[in-house]
Amino acid sequence: MQKKVIYEIKSLYRDDFQVMGYEFGSGENSVCIVGNTRGNEIQQIYVCSQLVKRLKAMEEEGKISEGHKILVIPSINPYSVNIQKRFWTTDNTDINRMFPGYHLGETTQRIAAGVFEEIKDYRYGMQFTSFYMPGKFTPHVRMMKTGFEDIELAKKFGMPYIILRNTRPYDTTTLNYNWQIWETNAFSIYTTSTNSIDTASEKMAIRSVLTFMNKEGIVEYQGHDGYISSVVDDRDMISVRTKMSGIFEEIVGVGDEVEKGQPLANIINPYEGEIVETLEAPADSIVFFAHDEPITYANTAVYKLIVKKA
Amino acid sequence: MIETIASVGLPVGEVLEIKKNRVQPDSGSNKNGKRISIVTGIHGDELEGQYVCYELIRRINEQRDKLTGIVDIYPAMNPLGIDSITRGIPAFDLDMNRLFPGNEDGDMTEYLAAKIINDVEGSDVVIDIHASNIYLTEIPQIRINELHKEWLVPMAEKTNIDFIWVHGASTVLESTFAYSLNSRNTPTLVVEMGVGMRITKEYGNQLVDGIFNLMREMGIWQGQTISPRKPVISDNPDDVVYLNASKSGVFVPKVKHWEKLKKGECIGNIINPLEGSVLDEIISPIDGILFTIREYPIVSEGSLIGRLLREEVVR
Ligand SMILES: [Zn+2]
Repeated sequence: MQKKVIYEIKSLYRDDFQVMGYEFGSGENSVCIVGNTRGNEIQQIYVCSQLVKRLKAMEEEGKISEGHKILVIPSINPYSVNIQKRFWTTDNTDINRMFPGYHLGETTQRIAAGVFEEIKDYRYGMQFTSFYMPGKFTPHVRMMKTGFEDIELAKKFGMPYIILRNTRPYDTTTLNYNWQIWETNAFSIYTTSTNSIDTASEKMAIRSVLTFMNKEGIVEYQGHDGYISSVVDDRDMISVRTKMSGIFEEIVGVGDEVEKGQPLANIINPYEGEIVETLEAPADSIVFFAHDEPITYANTAVYKLIVKKA
Repeated sequence: MIETIASVGLPVGEVLEIKKNRVQPDSGSNKNGKRISIVTGIHGDELEGQYVCYELIRRINEQRDKLTGIVDIYPAMNPLGIDSITRGIPAFDLDMNRLFPGNEDGDMTEYLAAKIINDVEGSDVVIDIHASNIYLTEIPQIRINELHKEWLVPMAEKTNIDFIWVHGASTVLESTFAYSLNSRNTPTLVVEMGVGMRITKEYGNQLVDGIFNLMREMGIWQGQTISPRKPVISDNPDDVVYLNASKSGVFVPKVKHWEKLKKGECIGNIINPLEGSVLDEIISPIDGILFTIREYPIVSEGSLIGRLLREEVVR
């Protein structure tokens, strides 16, 4: 294992801003794995830390194949984590909206450029990331329909789901999109949580990444193969939205199977305690995403369901 | 007449409402049917537009008989942000100016964006007033996407601003309020002036003078107006030079905003208060005029210190 500074900025009063990378094996740039870009993505750092520990042991056992280099960057943004702020410390910009970056630009453009320079030539790119809304996910690999996406390759992770979604205007500035433009096979990997530690999905993520690398001949790993992934188009998922704002009382959680008409959650009047709305499953389905905050706004998609095929 | 254009119940005992004031002639007969909309507060920390809204209504009310069309004033597109000194939409941590045209069936933020577009669409002119951000002070200017240049520059020239900046198209900007309206044939001018969290009355008055001039040209104002100043127009990216901090420290300026500078002149220093040292001198790389200057002193490596317009463009 080799530890190196990927990018660095001197600060006036804080310790230097450093993006640390951990290299395993040597040879061609095979796999790059990135953890958090935002300050609340703690699970994403945690997963990477566990992967670093695992790869270090595997390297010592000679289980990293000859001619392959793996780079793990647990955190592109330690500064925001340390002050518990989601976006960049001073100007609130999102590093994951700054790729491919610009060396002469603003601070977060420079960070994106400095990091991207080091990671753009890898064959496979994996990013542990999070959703813009608070909630828990069934673990999955998420791919944008850019025309470069390779679903068969994504199946090698053995994650329960592969989610396909259309690109949106801001996507052109994400790490995943730019990796693809630079001809890296890029995958966004979602585990269950973001701002809390979920060990079950962390273990699944580690197994999935190692399984993938084993199938591609990059490491030697004998785990069980995981799942035969279901491929789901994001547009085919059913969003269950609140009509009312209020206290959110969860009845079912992520991963649960529900029948048509089954109550999913109650919205409670915060002053009088009455149930003002009960959300129900519109079809027999599996809970793919579930809101996990104690309050909710009106019109919020608090559940995303995958409909069971008859 | 004050109307609510969108409302959503919040979780605990509060309703979020977005309001507008429709100012129109007292007797319906003298209307020419035209409408100007003044919009501000999409970014909750940008307050320059607050004074403009107030002053515009105040002056109209002084000479109400001169008004021959509709003036719609939307002072607070992001009321929760304005209230909490938050640039984006609080709780969602989203930039409201990346949500348009919105979606009536989407979440609260998308719903609000859709309601706003719905209400403003169809105006004969829309002016969306921004105030830079808390870091930079801007000379009164209008920014125009090059896609809409032919159409919007002649309107912008009537508004008494100092500078028209025609910038390149980018997919990221397709989700702005102005882009959404312009692509639906509702002409929308984006004003950037002053600085976040402050009101610069001088700039506000300058723009209000310009809005009256534009209203007069549209035929909805019959009162006296100023003749607008002639703005500098730039549509070449090479006209603008960016100055970014090479060191993290505290920026102390040596020159004033909108000042003509010679190549080699010192714009300011980045200092280290702990050591009592100068970390870097910011030197003007060209002859030009400083139309953007750093206001917030703390800088990190890369922070924007200023933008210069080349001397040749100004002349
Ligand atoms: Zn703004």
